[in-house]
Amino acid sequence: MDIHALQQIVHKTRDARRKQTFPKFNPADRDQLIHKYHPDFRASAYRPIRFGPNEGDKTVIELATLLEGDSSIQDGAELTPHHRTDVLVIGGGGAGCAAALHAHGAGAKVILATKLRLADSNSVMAQGGMQISVAPEDSPVTHFLDTLKGGHMQNDHELLKVMVEEGPSIAKWLISLGVLFDRQADGNLHVKKGGGSSKPRLLTCSDYTGLEIMRVLKDEVLNQKIQLLEFSAAIELLSDDEGRCTGAIFKDLDNHQHVVVAAKTVILATGGIGRLHIQGFPTSNHYGATGDGLCLSYRMGAKLAHIDTFQYHPSGAVYPEQLIGALVTEGIRSEGGHLVNAKGDRFVNELDTRDVVSSSIIRECEEGRGIRTMSGRVGVWLDTPLLDAEHGPGTVEKHFPAMMLQFERFGIDISKDPVLIYPTLHYQNGGVKIDTNSETNVKNLFVAGEASGGLHGRNRLMGNSLLDLMVFGKRSGLTAASRAASMKQGALTLKHLQRYRAEAKQHGNVSGVISPMILPAYTRKVS
Amino acid sequence: MRLTLTPHEGTMAQEDTNIIDQPEVLTHRMVTIEISGKQYEVPEGITVVKAMWYAGQEVVRGIGCLGGFCGACATYYRTKDDPKVRTCLACQTAVQDGMSFTMMPPFPARKALYDIQTLKDPKQDLFNLYPEAPLCRNCNACTEACPQKIDVREGVWKAVFGDFQNVSEMFMDCVMCGMCTPVCIADIAPNLVALYVSRAQGAHFTEKPAGLDQRIKEIQDGRFNDDWSKVLAMNEKELAEHCATVK
Repeated sequence: MDIHALQQIVHKTRDARRKQTFPKFNPADRDQLIHKYHPDFRASAYRPIRFGPNEGDKTVIELATLLEGDSSIQDGAELTPHHRTDVLVIGGGGAGCAAALHAHGAGAKVILATKLRLADSNSVMAQGGMQISVAPEDSPVTHFLDTLKGGHMQNDHELLKVMVEEGPSIAKWLISLGVLFDRQADGNLHVKKGGGSSKPRLLTCSDYTGLEIMRVLKDEVLNQKIQLLEFSAAIELLSDDEGRCTGAIFKDLDNHQHVVVAAKTVILATGGIGRLHIQGFPTSNHYGATGDGLCLSYRMGAKLAHIDTFQYHPSGAVYPEQLIGALVTEGIRSEGGHLVNAKGDRFVNELDTRDVVSSSIIRECEEGRGIRTMSGRVGVWLDTPLLDAEHGPGTVEKHFPAMMLQFERFGIDISKDPVLIYPTLHYQNGGVKIDTNSETNVKNLFVAGEASGGLHGRNRLMGNSLLDLMVFGKRSGLTAASRAASMKQGALTLKHLQRYRAEAKQHGNVSGVISPMILPAYTRKVS
Repeated sequence: MRLTLTPHEGTMAQEDTNIIDQPEVLTHRMVTIEISGKQYEVPEGITVVKAMWYAGQEVVRGIGCLGGFCGACATYYRTKDDPKVRTCLACQTAVQDGMSFTMMPPFPARKALYDIQTLKDPKQDLFNLYPEAPLCRNCNACTEACPQKIDVREGVWKAVFGDFQNVSEMFMDCVMCGMCTPVCIADIAPNLVALYVSRAQGAHFTEKPAGLDQRIKEIQDGRFNDDWSKVLAMNEKELAEHCATVK
């Protein structure tokens, strides 16, 4: 049977499904479902980390191997700086740009280094929106409680309170820079409801929210003439005699030379880990999402939090083959799109949290109610044409132009035909532990955005990442700038690396890989 | 680039009826393509980026988000026997037999520098920042070059005539790949013009949302302080129960 024949069940059952309401799981059932089907609970995928600040903690094998990896920098490497700066930002996505702009605005000299181009990141792909409690019936406290519930009560309360309270002023800042959020007829910000949220709270720029924010922030970084080091991958941090962070060594990916930057403060905004393809999952992440910041800060002695939990976004494309792993925005479900199994039945409340929805999709597929493609992949249907049926023809095209175009390129009209989806590795819930100023336990080392941990607990709510980037990008930038203004540049040494190597030796040595990974090894070895 | 989903004989013997035919994936038919003028055999239907990896090429410049949003992988291509050179995003396009492609190198377009917040007359300032914008000669090459199907030429004219709102809506799909720029005979960088226009529209010509200012003030005035002290004083169990009541 071809794809069109298989899709018929979705069309046939649509009217009946429209009349149903599907309840959310009660807490006990929800926990049971997650423990049985969520990839975070697949014990064989995990092992304890052998040494370092998180010795004994379990994480996925792919990440443990990198954390225990060796540096490419040898003792005695040349450390004469090529550049000196107050604030060194590593990473050019949302958090990096926000950090650089705020540090620059506070009067600091800033260098922003990134291994790809400025703004190449996951941020640019964020489609669903940004959660900020602006609606009259909403409040920062409700945003706090929703997020806590979504994060399985494991979120750091202080970080979370800061994020939800600073949200509205972030929206104001972005608007002042020219970000075009969707509006209501009365000029107020339009809010959409996101999975796991009790109130409509998502600010959107159609389904280009991340792209719109990043176009503006990148342009602003250029307008402010912030010094850039593009195609420069951080390969080691630098420390002084007291273990404080004092700079970084980069590899220029164009000429393979090392570039040493002396910095009074360092902000790591290196993003996530999707390209490690944990447990063999496809990913929605960008090319450079290889967890570099985790490895770098771990060797410096920074403690990590919640690194045993990852977000598998419920709706990664399964078909066509070219789009495997690519994200089908949660916005579709926010607007009422149903998830439908091979029998034509709904099986979960589509607006439950991402971990619950992903787990239930995996359950359907493992129990034989999935739809299998000829390449052996399995998925369930996301009923996109339902949106046009429900809200009038043209809805999908108007609200999801990015997604329409993405599938149209492969001859698929998602306003007429449902799409096949399966969870895709999307987000690292945890990361380097930070305080409310985004600083780690290593002095003068800040981490902002996806690379940081604690804020989202064990499951991030849709729309909270864009806000996280902006709030903690800003906080790290401001704190780093004011710190730098009242201190001298520290010595540039590799003492942390000597300590790390000594510790590795005690525990039977490093894992045998060089970390950070920088870019995934997709190039085929041609013999 | 429509994929033909022809039912394949031999694949119908599968016991499961829940199967989608994807012969182009299953059979791994090899096709001959040209990458920067050099021939390679690659599996049909993989993306242009994957074809480069398959051919053994290291790609650093030219890949970004791999999701069709960042514009890093702007690529020129031609299909078999067709003289027309087209544009695409390499991560979003499948290869086919006889296809010839090359990635677009970074193009040295001039970006104007400005402080968006302090502009006095953004519609007039456009002509100072991008004096080439009104020199469009209507050749339409930019529109034809746009992989996002934006009517770029129309957008440039609308910018010049001050219809900033329309431009900002038209260019919401713009991934800043810059393929509109090398083709412009008037040396306009339409995507950069549109970015300026969109930012000016957002910063200067869009109503300030009153509800947002209201909320910021409420937070400053401590309107939620009582709720906060209640919530933050709860122990774990109380907090979990309280969260469960939020609907």
